[in-house]
Amino acid sequence: MASRTVFLDHLSATPVDPRVFDAMKPYFTEVFGNPSSLHRYGLQVRDALSKAREQFAFLINAESPEEILFTSGGTEANNLAIKGIAYANQRKGNHIIIAETEHPSILESIAFLEKQGFTHSKVRVDKLGILNPDDVRNAITDKTILIAVHHVNHDIGSIQPIAEIGKIANEKGIAFFSDATASAGWVPIDVRAMGVNALSFAPHRFYGPKGVGVLYRNRKARLVSIIHGGVQENGRRAGTENVPAIVGGGLAAELARKEMPQRIEHVQKLQKRLMDGLSTKVPYLKINGPPCGPHRSPSNVSLATEFIEGEGQLLLLDHHGVCVASGGSCVSKSLKVSHVLSAIGLDHALAQGSIIMTLGKDNTESDMDYVVETMAKIVEKLRTMSPMWDEFQQGKIDSTIAPRGIGKSFTEHAAAVSGHREERSTTR
Amino acid sequence: MSDTKEYTLYNDKVMDHFMNPRNMGDIQDADGVGEVGAAACGDIMKISLKIQDGKIQDARFKTFGCGSAIASSSMATELIKGRTIEDALKFSNQEVVDALGGLPPVKIHCSVLAEEALKAALEDYVKKHPEAVEHAETAATK
Ligand code: FES
Repeated sequence: MASRTVFLDHLSATPVDPRVFDAMKPYFTEVFGNPSSLHRYGLQVRDALSKAREQFAFLINAESPEEILFTSGGTEANNLAIKGIAYANQRKGNHIIIAETEHPSILESIAFLEKQGFTHSKVRVDKLGILNPDDVRNAITDKTILIAVHHVNHDIGSIQPIAEIGKIANEKGIAFFSDATASAGWVPIDVRAMGVNALSFAPHRFYGPKGVGVLYRNRKARLVSIIHGGVQENGRRAGTENVPAIVGGGLAAELARKEMPQRIEHVQKLQKRLMDGLSTKVPYLKINGPPCGPHRSPSNVSLATEFIEGEGQLLLLDHHGVCVASGGSCVSKSLKVSHVLSAIGLDHALAQGSIIMTLGKDNTESDMDYVVETMAKIVEKLRTMSPMWDEFQQGKIDSTIAPRGIGKSFTEHAAAVSGHREERSTTR
Repeated sequence: MSDTKEYTLYNDKVMDHFMNPRNMGDIQDADGVGEVGAAACGDIMKISLKIQDGKIQDARFKTFGCGSAIASSSMATELIKGRTIEDALKFSNQEVVDALGGLPPVKIHCSVLAEEALKAALEDYVKKHPEAVEHAETAATK
């Protein structure tokens, strides 16, 4: 086993904070009531849920804890927001606006709604993954009932101009939802200043447990339930609440808000060190998304390394104890490159060589140096195995990151050799 | 992590061929070279062969691809060495899958890529040496 481990996949999971874990424990064994029960056990747990609602409201500066609704996770919160708001407004219209780089839980909810007569427009993003609020304004029709734009992008960390979009939505009286699952706990959120009517997130991204998601929604976001069979969450989401996870998530939210300045400062320093180190030590490597600063989540580092592919990097990094995600962890089984990387116009071959690192509060500067060193080593190893690297050395193909003006592009080359394959496979 | 089991994405055999690939590289004066790409994922594989007296004396690969593609090309080149051209033309990806102790379903095409790179290299040889492999040629173009 590797002598050292560096966990750089905090967008998929974080270790539960020991303070959070302690707070959760009694809710498994002693305080085990069902919040729907009318006796003392139930009422006691109901109190605990109210407190968690306050803590979640505090993290995002919601006006009232009543606006906090619990689900099983970020994916369910996103499904509920999209479908729930769409159904609640279907008499008013059927048009939904989203960014082209939304999470699959949004994109697939939209695809589901399309089969039922809803339509949508996807707003393009620029090379940094950021959309232009004017494009949102221009996409609005008299049938538009919902605008959904993520706060921070999962793959490349771009921060969207949510407050500006919020202004447009409010002006037109259209419900505005933001998926904040990649930002909550790492980027300040103020739902009132941002002008959102609904917002989703999940505490396992900020040292809370898995199994709970939060959907904030205010009076302007009318919502119909998509899970039926009980009056939990004021009838908006049936099903017994995951009490220990909600209690733990609530505390994680409170801690995240209180410790946010330090956490941001810490990961931002690491982010810069990692990005600078990688850019100087590894030739033909490109950082995807915005530079460190106000337009990028401080915890995200997404990179594309030329002439090699991403899974090999992931496996070798893992072998050296460095845990990362490859071009969108949700899609890695489908072989397709991330739709986000295509949306920012990243060359297909570069997208294939992409990996995502997400930093956490327990990573250190020396971890970053180790990652840079390891990355330099493994990239070299993979390049010696890559026919593309050879062909680049021989001037047959060119670099996309630092073109020399000789040879054809990788994409042309790949098309030529894959064409060969297609001919053959027809004879199979 | 407190447990001592080594958790890896692929089985030990695949990991071994990925971590310590056999026959990685090029053959300087190769008799046949094949380079193919997988339309599904965009990965690319190149196999070069040294052929003497109708037999594959040496096989080398270079791969731009996933772990399973690298392991497949390593295994394919191992398996093919010493075979006659006729035998080699019958090579199938299933041999690679079996020798590797199985691949995940979504990764079977990686072994197909190895088969295709090998066959492309054989075709290249046949094209250059039609005289050496008269009946193999008919098999190759079928
Ligand atoms: S994923 Fe395509 S060759 Fe392995």
